[in-house]
Amino acid sequence: MKKIANVEELNAMRDKLKDKIGIRHDVPNNIQVVVGMGTCGIAAGAPAVLSAVTKEVGRLNLQNVTVAHKGCQGNCENEPIVEVIIPGKEPVTYVNMNSQKVTKIIGEHVVGGKPVVEYSKYGRIKGFE
Amino acid sequence: MYRSHILVCAGTNCHSGKSDKFIEYLDEKLLEHKLNEEVKVVKTGCFGLCAFGPVVVVYPEGIFYQMVDQAGIERIFAEHVLKGRIVDDLVYEESKKHGVIEPFEQTDFFRKQVRVALHNCGVIDPEDINEYIAVDGYQALAKVLTTMTPQQVIDEIKASGLRGRGGAGFPTGLKWSFAAAEPAGKKYICCNADEGDPGAFMDRSVLEGDPHVLIEAMAIAAYAVGADEGYKYVRAEYPLAVQRFQKALDDARAMGFLGENILGTGFSFDMHVKLGAGAFVCGEETALLTSIEGNRGEPRPRPPFPAVKGLFGKPTVLNNVETLANIPRIIMEGADWFAGMGTETSKGTKVFALGGNIVNVGLVEVPMGITLREIVEEIGGGIPSGKKFKAAQTGGPSGGCIPAKLLDTGIDYESLAQVGSMMGSGGLIVMDEDSCMVDIAKFYLDFTVDESCGKCAPCRIGTKQLLEILEKITQGQGVMEDLDTLKTLSTHIMENSLCALGQTAPNPVASTLEYFWDEYVEHVVNKKCPAGMCKDLLTYTILPDKCIGCTICARVCPVNAISGKVKEIHTIDEKCIKCGVCVDKCKFDAIIKV
Repeated sequence: MKKIANVEELNAMRDKLKDKIGIRHDVPNNIQVVVGMGTCGIAAGAPAVLSAVTKEVGRLNLQNVTVAHKGCQGNCENEPIVEVIIPGKEPVTYVNMNSQKVTKIIGEHVVGGKPVVEYSKYGRIKGFE
Repeated sequence: MYRSHILVCAGTNCHSGKSDKFIEYLDEKLLEHKLNEEVKVVKTGCFGLCAFGPVVVVYPEGIFYQMVDQAGIERIFAEHVLKGRIVDDLVYEESKKHGVIEPFEQTDFFRKQVRVALHNCGVIDPEDINEYIAVDGYQALAKVLTTMTPQQVIDEIKASGLRGRGGAGFPTGLKWSFAAAEPAGKKYICCNADEGDPGAFMDRSVLEGDPHVLIEAMAIAAYAVGADEGYKYVRAEYPLAVQRFQKALDDARAMGFLGENILGTGFSFDMHVKLGAGAFVCGEETALLTSIEGNRGEPRPRPPFPAVKGLFGKPTVLNNVETLANIPRIIMEGADWFAGMGTETSKGTKVFALGGNIVNVGLVEVPMGITLREIVEEIGGGIPSGKKFKAAQTGGPSGGCIPAKLLDTGIDYESLAQVGSMMGSGGLIVMDEDSCMVDIAKFYLDFTVDESCGKCAPCRIGTKQLLEILEKITQGQGVMEDLDTLKTLSTHIMENSLCALGQTAPNPVASTLEYFWDEYVEHVVNKKCPAGMCKDLLTYTILPDKCIGCTICARVCPVNAISGKVKEIHTIDEKCIKCGVCVDKCKFDAIIKV
């Protein structure tokens, strides 16, 4: 353990450690990235997608993003499915996901605010045709 | 980045439910599924819902799992962690009340609480100093060392209205200012963690769940009064608390929050841990300091107060664990924020250990001024098995019993004293209609007689006399004069004892005499115990019209006091020891106690 020599070092350390506990606080306005983890999703490779989402969110240090998972939504043939929910906006559902697609979605939609239309179920999104 | 955190409570209660095994299991499984970089297992302090332990909470959803066992943790891993499916039947019942599973913070038990002293308990890993730093730990210390003068710190604490949480309620800022006013030189900061009230475990939870907050607070206090050395006096009966605190101490020292030149400001402070050997009287301040010095733990007359002449004859500030746990928050959030909670004379919040006949046995922190009714009926979830509330005991052996008609009393130092009880350290024991108040008074007196240090006569002899009279009454040998003797003797002990132990020891007798006079009279005049608790005033009988002669009672009776042939009516003879086993076992309600 390294000695902390002054207040600046303490603050720097706190800021670095913040995300270690971030999700344990009430964060109602967070952007949610939800991965479908039903049996169908798991069979189609959802665990790898979930890992990719987690790694990407961690890599970009996105404090305002919650990564969650949920069960089957009856759209099994299009799994893995990832849903991006930005508070106050229509949720967007992406289908047939993989790790490469995840990187693009996090970068363009979650960070940039612009949905990746071609990955959505019908290739179009309300408000973004 | 971890997408999910699994919090496993490792407070004493959940720990005894083998929650440490869950942590091992989860860590192993996460590694096996290569999820160890996505999901984090956190060992936390007490959530407060001890009745439903062991407790596991999964974030980001905030799902609160109750009474988890090994099979349960395996299901939580397989379903929730791997597939995101909530294991419905393990979810805390209360959070399912409205048809959907709500985050546990929204349940009755948690919603009404305001967590200041317990802010980090059940949120961070107490054994990881990094987690404490991540939640703004040691920021308050940094703030006072770099931006405030000692006088400003004392003024801030004074303005907050914080009063001692150990029971007496002395204003903390004032106490600090007395020690600060003494000439510069050797001074000490001590922390009283000798929590001895039966049923109270607030301090233990802070020690186990958030030990760094105490180190930070003691360093702040040391800066304010000009001390450079501290002692933490903690009872040896809290092994887990001692172990976690020691770990915190080592880490804080290694990172430079204790020792020479803290945070490069030139301020130095270090502290020791002193284990108490289990004497209740050592919770009294002068006895505690005497005990740290290595002498037999006995109180001494005050003045001089410890702030002037304390440990090793030097000016000493002695604060209770819960009091200290409030300090960093006050420094960070400001005195006005703290003073904005509570009543005119009692600011902030108070932690209570809920125990006895109540559904949510556990730990709650509520704003001062909240009524007893809200604590018992809403947060506490009421009395189990549909029984009626009879009394609440606050303040442990120094406190009194508050009857149902005073349930709307607001909790603060003054109003509790007015109804003959006291805030005490925060034990709150709820009693239902089956509790005998004479028996309760006897229980507490039994405790104080044991724990009286014996130095002064009123306490040593007086409490013994009180106990003997109470025993006489519960054995059916009391006379009406005894009740008067109880009253006068109580007053004598209160007025003449040396320390708070004796001065408050008669409170359980005095308050039950006042509110449950009829119950005492019933014991004395009619030789009956209305609650059916005093064994000597009871006899067990078998109702001939209900007994079918199944022989179960005769078989379970440990002293063979029941006789009768199969399919014939049974009878109980004088060998009966009134243990009540037969009543519990009889399927036909044929045995009654009268």
